[in-house]
Amino acid sequence: MAINTDKNSYTILFSVVMVAIVGSILALAATGLKDRIGENQRFEKQQNILYAMGVNANADEGSVSFIPTTEVAEKFQEIIKEQYVIVNGKAESFEDAYAKIDLKKELDLIKSGEEGKLPFFVGENDGKRYYIIPMYGKGLWDAIWGYLALDENLVVSGVYFDHKGETPGLGANIKMRFFMDDFAGESIYRDGGYKGVSVVKGNNDPLNADKTDGQVDALAGATITGNGVTAMINESVKLYQPYLETLRIQ
Amino acid sequence: MGILSKKDAQLVLDPLADNNPITIQVLGICSALAITAELKASLVMAFSVLFVLGVGNVVISLLRNVIPSKIRIIVQLVVVATLVIIVDQVLKAFAYELSKTLSVFVGLIITNCIIMGRFEAFALGNGPWKSFLDGIGNALGYGVILIIIGFFRELLGSGTLLGYAVLGDPIAKTGLYAYGYENNGFMIIPPAALIVVGIIIWVQRSRNPQLIEEA
Repeated sequence: MAINTDKNSYTILFSVVMVAIVGSILALAATGLKDRIGENQRFEKQQNILYAMGVNANADEGSVSFIPTTEVAEKFQEIIKEQYVIVNGKAESFEDAYAKIDLKKELDLIKSGEEGKLPFFVGENDGKRYYIIPMYGKGLWDAIWGYLALDENLVVSGVYFDHKGETPGLGANIKMRFFMDDFAGESIYRDGGYKGVSVVKGNNDPLNADKTDGQVDALAGATITGNGVTAMINESVKLYQPYLETLRIQ
Repeated sequence: MGILSKKDAQLVLDPLADNNPITIQVLGICSALAITAELKASLVMAFSVLFVLGVGNVVISLLRNVIPSKIRIIVQLVVVATLVIIVDQVLKAFAYELSKTLSVFVGLIITNCIIMGRFEAFALGNGPWKSFLDGIGNALGYGVILIIIGFFRELLGSGTLLGYAVLGDPIAKTGLYAYGYENNGFMIIPPAALIVVGIIIWVQRSRNPQLIEEA
């Protein structure tokens, strides 16, 4: 059977049929898998939040292991005591803020001068209280995000970073232990004011022994991702300042 | 290869050496530079392309008589993008951890010119079985080079292989580092991959002078 594939009418018919078939396959896949994907994403957020405050299943020095998905929902309920949204420097209780609030949208709202809801979590583990702040920013290629856990003195107790599309082996290493572990112990306050934590090159401190400088050794070959992490920490956490000030005085 | 005829075997073996997509045809250089800073990423990319090129070539080959030639490039793009997205969605639902590792590669797979190149040059004119073999062969040829580059870049740049410190600890100065050896930071950045590709091309052409083009 010979079809004249050069005719315009055939070309148009072919594209219409192709788009219809491909479109329905993709729509079917997307709706059919939506619940499972959504559940996986919720678990991931719970795991990330717990990881930032030091609740993890790390086996040795190099591994980044979360609480298994089968247990994470229960653990999250147990450890994360309070979930708030911060509006204009005031905290309001907000159930399941970790899943229901889209931080990127809220940050965009704030940037355009409107009111945004900033999620904020309080966790308790081994009798210690932790404040956990979600962050969102830009890396080299795409979005980066993460969670910053502060202890009661507002010193960084842990972080978790993740990214959408940073270069494997370079920028993608922001989610490696040797980078994330360096943040623990750094203070976001210096000289009496909020200063954040910076990722810097050549600070002559690869082991990050100096915890008072607010600096963390950068990753080789990942300057822009590193700058993105610095900007993300400084800009996201800065928005929480009015509220964190009230916690600092207590 | 007993099950394959001589001609079929050539489809798989040629791209591994004398008609390698990277070193001879100089395709797929972008991803060869971008993701070879560590061996693991090279392996992941090699397997992903193996899958997409194998299946994609078969799909294009089955459709080869009905695809209108005017829009064939768009059709090829649609096929490869659909394949990649479906795999990505299924992984997100059933193997979330794996999908996180792969997410970076999704864009790179779709834009890999080896894939479009094989659709265009082979699958549009050959049957499904031959196209499948051609896809597998080219993906393996691509993967071999990626793995070689990843091996040297990770070993010389970070002193590790697949994340394991094989040369000792550069900060605590153990193993090779105790004798004053240092990691070469240059190997981590993409230009180093170009130099490794250049060396592979050099070695390959000096062993087989037939590959050298007349000036």
